Amino acid sequence: MAASMAGGGAGVARCLLRGASRGLQLAPARGFCVAGPSGSQAQEEEPCPAEPVGAMVNVVFIDRSGHRIPVQGRVGDNVLHLAQRHGIELEGACEASLACSTCHVYVKEAFVDKLPIPDEREEDMLDMAPLLQENSRLGCQIILTPELEGAEFTLPKITRNFYVDGHVPKPH
Amino acid sequence: MGASGGWRGASALRRLRPAGLAGFKRPLSTGERIPRICIVGSGPAGFYTAQHLLKHHKLARVDVYEKLPVPFGLVRFGVAPDHPEVKNVINTFTQTAQSDRCFYYGNVAVGKDVTVEELQQAYHAVVLSYGAEDNRILGIPGENLSGVYSARALVGWYNGLPENRDLKPDLSSKTALVLGQGNVALDVARILLTPLDLLQKTDITEGSLAAIASSKVKRVWLVGRRGPLQVAFTIKELREMVNLPGARPILDPADFTGLRDAIKDVPRPRKRLTELMIKTALEKPGEKEAKIWASATREWGLKFLRSPLEILPTADGKRARGIRMAVTRLEGSGESATAVPTGEVEELECGLILSSIGYRSLPLGPSVPFDPKHGIIPNHLGRVQGVPGLYCSGWVKRGPTGVIITTMNDSFDTAQSVLEDLQAGMLNVSNTKEGFESVRSILHSRGVHPVSFSDWEKIDAAEVARGRLAGKPREKIVDPQEMLQLIDH
Repeated sequence: MAASMAGGGAGVARCLLRGASRGLQLAPARGFCVAGPSGSQAQEEEPCPAEPVGAMVNVVFIDRSGHRIPVQGRVGDNVLHLAQRHGIELEGACEASLACSTCHVYVKEAFVDKLPIPDEREEDMLDMAPLLQENSRLGCQIILTPELEGAEFTLPKITRNFYVDGHVPKPH
Repeated sequence: MGASGGWRGASALRRLRPAGLAGFKRPLSTGERIPRICIVGSGPAGFYTAQHLLKHHKLARVDVYEKLPVPFGLVRFGVAPDHPEVKNVINTFTQTAQSDRCFYYGNVAVGKDVTVEELQQAYHAVVLSYGAEDNRILGIPGENLSGVYSARALVGWYNGLPENRDLKPDLSSKTALVLGQGNVALDVARILLTPLDLLQKTDITEGSLAAIASSKVKRVWLVGRRGPLQVAFTIKELREMVNLPGARPILDPADFTGLRDAIKDVPRPRKRLTELMIKTALEKPGEKEAKIWASATREWGLKFLRSPLEILPTADGKRARGIRMAVTRLEGSGESATAVPTGEVEELECGLILSSIGYRSLPLGPSVPFDPKHGIIPNHLGRVQGVPGLYCSGWVKRGPTGVIITTMNDSFDTAQSVLEDLQAGMLNVSNTKEGFESVRSILHSRGVHPVSFSDWEKIDAAEVARGRLAGKPREKIVDPQEMLQLIDH
């Protein structure tokens, strides 16, 4: 535990330095960083700095080509930002403010009930998610807990198969 | 083993994983050519296409051209001012624009300042992502009377779109009527009804805020040709209306009675949306809603099965005083139901009429195929039919519908087509292209001065600074000349 605390702390310190040198704005209270308009972060996502310091939780992402990517997160981690820290292609267009559904994931059935019931606002945004399923959630609303050890989050295979699947986007 | 061990493991994994969805990262060889790609339009379609290309090709250079000096298209000019969360996506686009392989050229109107053919000469691939800059028209008598506007123009006006800055909509009527039941219709209704103290904390332009401050509009009808099961708006936007401070819904219970049975087997989004309408129309409001509705001074309502026939003029023939509508009934059911006139006609007094029946893409020039019926560029997975090296994404590719995730996915798809064609050798990269270097001289000879992304950042900073003085996130500059002066163009 001591080691993990030290490791997490060092990570945050490193990142603060890096953030400061690039003019990034950190939002450590929310456990993730946002590159503001003045940020100059490279195209590739780097490990997002403000890493929570809770106990470790092992989860697996299954990307859009079906690859399994085991990841170690921590209690308190947000699944969207965890994915982005590990270079997994999950977009967060609205930056976890419940105004889009770009971070839509499927939660392995056995873990669905281990998550708090989705907020009405999350349900409303899920309605906009292509290929919605019973086990659909927004990644940005899933916070890791010890009960999620072994959980799997699958990214919907939306691109390319999007239209041939028969999904027709609704006009608005 | 602690966090540090875990982290080492994670970063090793990140390095080993192929960069691309389909493993497009190829070993770098010294002779590898740099694909030069340009994108026409800097809205979500343009930036998401650029993002995918840059992420999955390690050499490609991507130039983004924009007609206006300022970037982000409908994120800046379409998304409602009271939806700032949706605009967070600008941060992602900004990261893309700041990539050392991505360049932004604003103030360049493709089709006028430089042709698509000239871009094709300069680039290995050209992606058209210029959206839908026009709107569908009603095609009924009285459409051009004062007091009748397209919702698109009203949105452009309150969002600071230069071409709509002088709209000066007449807001002196007590009743407004919006033709259409999509999210744009709900956006304009909400902006017309939102209390001023909420609006003035948004990035709505100061000119439109002042006009809305003296608006007389107290009631907004949203009219659809079809029924409650065919509305096109989505639940988040409807819920905002139901909970709108100072406003109450006026829904006719008869429109919703018996609807519960009809939605038993429809997909979840339609079901939840309809349930919210039913609940609002038929059930006793909860404490929160009851309180809002009891003290409301404004109201909004949905009218179904009405098709516009004619805008009625005032006695002097100058402005709108009302609308004549055909009462319709549905043939068929569900999403594909059609409205047919019953023969019955209804008139309604209203001095402000907003048509919100859809945006429309325009053709770009004779060399670019265009399907006028569907208002799109004919394409297969983003590859423009019959024109190798030409691609399209976003609304001009699939029509003006959907939310940000729809455009994101469809732009990634188009980018994937470009990457596949590069991989397959269908885009001749061995033939070196100059990209912007050759476009620069064309623009120079025509007296066109592009705006760079750092120029935009100066405009952005100026807008944010002006906004701060007014207690707003930004005060948009609505005059392109003023933008250009600010950056010494």
